[in-house]
Amino acid sequence: MDIDLARSWVQAIAAAVDQHKDYLTQLDSAIGDADHGINMHRGFSAVTTAVANMEADIVGAVLVKAGTTLISSVGGASGPLYGSAFRAIGKALDAPTADPQQFAAALAAGLQSVQKLGAAAPGDKTMIDAYAPAVAAFQLQVDSGGDFAAAAGAAADAAKEGMRATTPLQARKGRSSYLGARSVGHQDPGATSTALIFRALAETVAR
Amino acid sequence: MKKLINSPETVLDEALAGIAAAHPELRVDAKNKVITRADGTIRAGGVALISGGGSGHEPLHGGFVGPGMLTAACPGEVFTSPVPDQMLAAAQAVDSGAGVLFIVKNYTGDVLNFQMAAELAAEEGIMVKTVVVDDDVAVQDSTWTAGRRGTGATVFVEKIVGALAEQGADLAAVAEMGRRVNACSRSFAVALTACTAPAAGKPGFDLPEDEMEVGVGIHGEPGRRRDKLRPAREIVATALEAILADQPLAAGDETIVMVNGLGATPLLELYVVFNEVATALTGQNVVIARSLVGNYVTSLDMAGVSITVCKADADMLALWDAPVNTPALRWGT
Repeated sequence: MDIDLARSWVQAIAAAVDQHKDYLTQLDSAIGDADHGINMHRGFSAVTTAVANMEADIVGAVLVKAGTTLISSVGGASGPLYGSAFRAIGKALDAPTADPQQFAAALAAGLQSVQKLGAAAPGDKTMIDAYAPAVAAFQLQVDSGGDFAAAAGAAADAAKEGMRATTPLQARKGRSSYLGARSVGHQDPGATSTALIFRALAETVAR
Repeated sequence: MKKLINSPETVLDEALAGIAAAHPELRVDAKNKVITRADGTIRAGGVALISGGGSGHEPLHGGFVGPGMLTAACPGEVFTSPVPDQMLAAAQAVDSGAGVLFIVKNYTGDVLNFQMAAELAAEEGIMVKTVVVDDDVAVQDSTWTAGRRGTGATVFVEKIVGALAEQGADLAAVAEMGRRVNACSRSFAVALTACTAPAAGKPGFDLPEDEMEVGVGIHGEPGRRRDKLRPAREIVATALEAILADQPLAAGDETIVMVNGLGATPLLELYVVFNEVATALTGQNVVIARSLVGNYVTSLDMAGVSITVCKADADMLALWDAPVNTPALRWGT
């Protein structure tokens, strides 16, 4: 991955969020407060503007900028969580390019920062349920000799599977946890936006 | 969606402009989205109180900025917590050097954004302490939830702690009083209708004409369970049962009681509810020493009511009676 690819990735996320904005909000209205799509859209629109003309000499700069922008523009839990994730991913990528192994480590650093901040574990019906399997799948592909595109594709598939697996879960973190057993039967909006982010990565890398 | 707006995108900016126009005693920083007192900040050397949260709960928090209550408020987008930059800007604007107290309702987003703001403020050399309000007994406080929500007790914390800060107490004392007020306050709410966020355009959930949501929060999210609509007496009994099971009250205990409308409930009905609360509590020889009936912590256009009971000691009652002069709460001045 290089600087232009990192920029294309966050722009692809913005496009995906724009396309699925209403769907994310609809998922959130079932078990949250009906604003996830709206908030993510506000955040990634700001990110698109922020990274459009920025000068960068390392891959991570674009992603750190994206993270900082999300923290300053999204609010809610998503702002700090996604913001910290992108900042941690970016901080781990301090060269003009990154190979798949380095990118796997960066994704893992992002996951770690989200878990530290949000204190959610797999199975709590959160973005972690998509993020954690995606990181594992990416690493597995890299370790078995797969290239960037194969790893990103595997991560996107794993994130989607993890996203779908949140439906039968009872939420234990975030606003949906207030519903108790009534949160069962609904797909988690955060896991859904995380799956969009990994799908955007796979599509950007495959281009 | 039927709303008195120009467009969903401009609701917050235009409402803030309206607050500025209606209340010359407040200063509205439209760029940073921070509301402060126009007459400077606080007494020299005083602790500043900053609260904030998603918009849609008016008059919370901006309506409680003024002498005897908040020093600054940070309104976020509708039902979305403010971003750290707002609280940092507020802290920089109002800190006298004695430090700032963040009053935060217990929602994941609010807690995270205020936590980040506290870290940023500390880097700027501003002392920060935080009180997290979590009074809603509809949510079980366990490892299986994000913990109890912060609702009506926020008003009690902001009023009582605001009076203490006005008297010149230091940051540690002000924070400790905030924790004490929160610890002895409990709330419970029911909704008769869902509310509609301007950007969402439709109600957060569907509720048949003859049903109610029991144990709702203040963000239009569904409650713990759904039930047939019942007479006010039975609804109050359900709410008080939950409140008293968590915080038992003995004969002679003094309380501050708030019956709060969620946005679309007539005052007439709120007084019907208050009558039931008063009858039930006085029946147990619990003293309602002070009361508030009205719309203080709303949930946009939701019809419904929240009941908050604070088991108050003499210090809290004296601070409650101290002068306050804000757009939404004003007495003794």
